[in-house]
Parts: sequence; structure tokens; C-alpha cells
Amino acid sequence: MDGSINMNIVIKQGRVIDPANGIDAIKDVFIVDGHIAAIGQAPAGFHGDQVVDATGLVVSPGLVDLSARLREPGYEYKATLESELDAAMAGGVTSLLCPPDTDPVLDEPGLVEMLVHRARLLNQSHVYPLGALTVGLKGKELTEMAELTEAGCVGFAQAEEPIQDTTVMQRTMQYASTFGYTVWLRPQDPYLGRGGVAHAGPLASRLGLSGVPVTSETIALHTIFELMRSTGAKVHICRVSSASGLALVRAARDEGLPVTCDVGAHHIHLTDNDIGFFDPNARMTPPLRSQRDRDAIQAALLDGTIDAICSDHTPLDDEEKLLPFGEASPGATGLELLLSLAIKWAQDAHSSGADLSKAIARITCDAARVAGINAGSLAIGGVADVCVFDPAARWKVEPAALRSQGKHTPLIGYELPAQVRHTIVSGRVAFSR
Amino acid sequence: MYNPQLNKNGELQHLLTLEGLPAAIITRILDTAASFVSVSDREVKKVPLMRGKSVFNLFFENSTRTRTTFEIASTRLSADVINLNISASSASKGESLLDTIDNLSAMHADMFVVRHAQSGAPYLIAKHLVDTGQDHVHVMNAGDGRHAHPTQGLLDMYTIRHYKKDFRNLTVAIVGDILHSRVARSDIHGLTTLGVPEVRAIGPRTLLPSSLEQMGLRVFNDMNEGLKGVDVIIMLRLQNERMTGALLPSAQEYFKSYGLTPERLALAKPDAIVMHPGPMNRGVEIDSAVADGAQAVILPQVTFGIAVRMAVMSMLAAA
Repeated sequence: MDGSINMNIVIKQGRVIDPANGIDAIKDVFIVDGHIAAIGQAPAGFHGDQVVDATGLVVSPGLVDLSARLREPGYEYKATLESELDAAMAGGVTSLLCPPDTDPVLDEPGLVEMLVHRARLLNQSHVYPLGALTVGLKGKELTEMAELTEAGCVGFAQAEEPIQDTTVMQRTMQYASTFGYTVWLRPQDPYLGRGGVAHAGPLASRLGLSGVPVTSETIALHTIFELMRSTGAKVHICRVSSASGLALVRAARDEGLPVTCDVGAHHIHLTDNDIGFFDPNARMTPPLRSQRDRDAIQAALLDGTIDAICSDHTPLDDEEKLLPFGEASPGATGLELLLSLAIKWAQDAHSSGADLSKAIARITCDAARVAGINAGSLAIGGVADVCVFDPAARWKVEPAALRSQGKHTPLIGYELPAQVRHTIVSGRVAFSR
Repeated sequence: MYNPQLNKNGELQHLLTLEGLPAAIITRILDTAASFVSVSDREVKKVPLMRGKSVFNLFFENSTRTRTTFEIASTRLSADVINLNISASSASKGESLLDTIDNLSAMHADMFVVRHAQSGAPYLIAKHLVDTGQDHVHVMNAGDGRHAHPTQGLLDMYTIRHYKKDFRNLTVAIVGDILHSRVARSDIHGLTTLGVPEVRAIGPRTLLPSSLEQMGLRVFNDMNEGLKGVDVIIMLRLQNERMTGALLPSAQEYFKSYGLTPERLALAKPDAIVMHPGPMNRGVEIDSAVADGAQAVILPQVTFGIAVRMAVMSMLAAA
């Protein structure tokens, strides 16, 4: 049976790019007993059961996605673990974090254990839940963070529910920092821009859409950084969306605050203009912002202000998306786009110094460092999670071709670079195209 | 650029917004409307242009007045009119917007007149009709959220042309709650497309959207400054609920700063006209002496509105 017997695999003649270990060269990769045994020279007595020809392809660590909604428990009609982990394999994503906004919310150890157990049985991506920071994400009571950590949580998040009461926010950060847990927060003021559906700018004014101003993000960041100073908590900033927000994150890092930061993959490339004639697929949270903001995101990925790119994968069905713009649910499918959107950044920002290795770092080792998990590298002796992709391939985003049950993205019809050819997880070839 | 309102021959397929509509098409609508104005004065107020066609008035947001004007326009064109009031609550009980459209299309609708509380809803319907190969069905936007109210914009253009003849030497002031106004947005696009050199927005900062300058407007917070020397004043209705959302302190204070009084009207050109899309709040945005005064053209606007809607419907039916 697949996965029960570990075969010895050799990935031949690929361009191995492993940013964590500073490797970028054409080499063979040898996998023995589910682990990376050697890169370059075959280990003594190696017998390959399976050969993966990677000529002309890139061999990178399996991707680490900091935010992918798998919709279990509670929203199985939108997507299931099976469908979404299948999509993860097709996207080369071998480790992923899922936010706690399920139904019920991931605020009890039993739920987390069940999710981790279900995922483990499927034997595909390694699934790391983020626990709820407050009970029911209601922003009132602390969750059992130590118990949740024991059950498998790697951090604590509020998903899309901002904490209104600043006292509660301070206490979640004090309590989390007691145990050294990282608090994951999306910077959004609970009131400013509430009910908004698009970036507050010329386009929203013209189309008559209610706006989410940049100040909603910056005010929240000021609050978070002040509370970090007083509590000493480690915070990961999720889905930063604006140039002004990035300037604050940069200043906080320069000051030495223990802060990390990610961006959603769609936000690297799109702006509010992509809403066009009210395309509900372009309804995102945070909203797609201006070209200036997008340029700042691309630059911040280069200078390290943004640590990682995540897919922010959100499978939604037609009933939630084929609606007037303001009624459509925010979010887009992303697991199968993450690699391509990162590589597209490397190509688009090439003249400013972006390259394949940096793009891969942002979706492998940098993301793993943020999450505090052992993944995202091809270190000798480590678990063999590998992504083999064709950097020269171009493919068209079409709903029918996506394995995820979520078929909605503003990028439908776009041609994107780079395509996964093989995904190896725990030393098993789990996907080939 | 792709424009979902025009068919491949460049004719009007749907009327969704005035933004991006070529000046030639707007002018043609106004000219056609002029020929319909006299129909209303005849003893038999009907022309047979849409005989046998079915117009569905699809009002997801209630408005007896607007619905009635569309109904009158359709009947004067000899179309069959079916009125459907689909309140937001019954829609949310089950059937989705597009399911409703499919059902009504199956009843052989030729035209949907759509009013919806969400900006962009008529676009969704128009796109769905194209995607499902129903190119013969037309959509008329009768007001979507804060986005557009193109027939109101067109009847405003008709009224201005009727009284002022040429758009290219006018200064037009739009006064009041532009933030929440689909009428204002349609007027702005109509006026700039037809070549009005100066369009002003007047109001308190809580009721003006950001980036009005980028839409080609001059912004005034002081009404007395903004009204100086204008040819046309378009007053907007102020909804009572604006007092509750911390947008305005009181109707009294609003009237004091932004109400159109005879004294303020005297700052405009002596032959300036005063317009209002209705229904008016006397004593809130407009003084009765102005509303009933010689410079007000508010009732002619209503009359022209029927002719303009007839013009658009007949052009859509012929596309």
C-alpha cells in the first residue's frame, strides 16, 4: 500500500534549489526510508526503487502554506479534507496551516486532535492547525492554549474576527507569551471599514462600493505593536495589504519587536482595478488595494519585511460567489496557485533583484520558520517532502482543471508560469503530472 | 475596452450605467426622448413599438414612484408589463438572484428593469444572460445600491439640455449626500461625457466620497462658495438615517449649512435652474420657496423621465 512501504527514490538531474541550505545546482537527490539521504553523490549501497527524471525541472523543498482553509469541521459541503489535500498535492504544498474559523471553531483540543488524526490518515500534506485565540473566536475568553498546543496547534489566531475589547487582546498576548506561543493576527480595526467590501479608493467611490480604508489596517497595527511592547508577545501579522501597513511592520522589525508577516498570493499581483465590472471573484479579505500598495508588497517581499507568501486558500461554492459583489463571500482558491504566483513575482520583480531562490524561500523555509515547524528544507536526514516543478511551463487557470472544490479566483483565464510535475511527501510520490 | 452594455455592433444591449457610454449614444437617447415627449400630450398616449414584448419590473428594493414611471413608459410603448416586488427578505429565504432570472426568462421575458440594493447587481444579471446565451433579453438598471441610476441621469441630462441647450459652457453644482447617491454618480458621468467643463460637488466631508477630484469634480465644503455663478443646481435627497450613523448631527444644522434657500440661490446665475430627483425633504435640503419657485424644474424632470425611459426601452428592444 502506498505510504506503508517506503521506497528508495532518486530524483535525477534536476536543478536543486534549497534556499535553507544555500543550494542552487544541478544534482541528484536520494531518498531512503522517507528521508533525504544525500544530495549529489549516492549514499553507499543505494538501490533506487523509483527514478524521477527531473531534467529541465526544479527540485525544491515541498511548499509550506501558512493559511489554507480545509473547511473541516463544519463546511464539508464547500470542501473536504480529501478534496483540498488532493489540491495541496497538485500544488506541491506538503505542509499547511489551517486557520481556526471552522464550525465549530478550533477552540477545543478534541476537535484539533480529530482534525490532525483525519489528516494523518489521508497521508498527504502535513496539517498544522492554528487554534482559536479566544473561545468561539468571540474575543471574550481565553482558550486552553497549552492543551491545544499538546493537541497539535502551532499558534493561535482570530482568523477574520478582530478582538473588539483591547483588554482581552492584551490578555491573550500576555497569556500566549507566558508559554512562548505565537499570536496570529490580521490587522483590522473592529469598526473602521466594517461592512466594507473594497479598498476605499477611487474605484470604490466610482462603483458605489463601501470601502475598507487603509487606516483600518494601520490603526490595528499600531495597537498590536504597542501591546507587543508591553507584553513581550510574539506576533505574526497575517495578510498585510497596504504600503502604509508595511512601513509600520518594517519600523517594528527595525525596532527589534518579535514580529513576522505574510501576504496573500493574490495580493502580490492584483489591485482593486481587477474588480472590473463588479467581478465577485475579486472580492477578497483584506480587499485588493491600489497599485502603489501592490508595488510596496512586491518590494517588501524582496527586502524581507514580508517573511512569507501564503495561498489564503478559501474554497467557496457558486451559491456564495455568484452574487452581487457586496453579497459575495470574500476569498479565493489558492493551493494550486501558490507556487505559480510566487514564481510570477520572481519573474515580474526580476529587475529589482527577485529570483527563483528567493521566491522559493518565501513559500518554503521562511514560512516554516514563521510557523515554527520542521519543514521547508532538503536538509540531509530530514523528512523527504519535495516539490519538482517545471519553471518554464505556462498553464491557464481554468475551473475544471482545479482539484480543489473551490473554483473561484479572479485569476480565472489568466496564464501563469511554473507547474508542479511531482510532489513527494514523506518519501512517497503522492502526485505526478 | 470591453463594455458589457454594448453589443458587437456598438448598439445599446443593456443600460447599466452612464460611465463609458459614448456621447453619441447618450445624445441619440435624448433625441429619441424628445420625439416621445409629445406622445404624452396626445389623446391616445400609445405607440406600438413594443407590442408583444414583455417587460418585467424586478424591484428587489421598493420604490413605487420609480416603478410607476417605468410601468407608464412600457405601457405607452404597448409592451406587457409584469411587476414583481421581491423584497430582500423573501429573496434571502431561498431562491438566488440568478435562479429568479432563469425562472422569469423561461416565461419569455424580453426586458428586465432591475432595482437592487447592491451596487453592481444588474451587471451580474447581464453577464448571466450573456453566459447562458440569452442575448435577446435586455437589462435596464433602475438603480443599484450607490452605484448608478442611469435613467435618472439621462432625464437630468434631458432637462438640462431642454433649458440650457448647450452643455459645453455650463457650470453644474451637485449638492448634498453624494456618498450614498447613485443619482449623483450617474449625473457626474453624464455631465462629464457630454462636455460640461465644470462639475462641482458641494457637501460636508462626511457625505462626500474620497477621490471625487479623480472623477473630474471640483469639491466645495462651503455651499455659498460652491454656488457662485452656477447654471444648474442638482439637489440630492438626504435620507433620515444619515442622522444616526454619525454622519450628520441634525437635519436643522444640515439645512443651515447646505439647505437651498432663496438667499443662496441668488448666488447662482440669475437664470440658474434647480433640479431634484425626488422625493424632496422640504426644510432639510431645500426651502419650499425654492422648490415651488420659478427656477425649479422638478416637475418637468418627472415628465421628461417617462419620455427618456421610453427612449431607452425602444432602443434596447430594437438592438
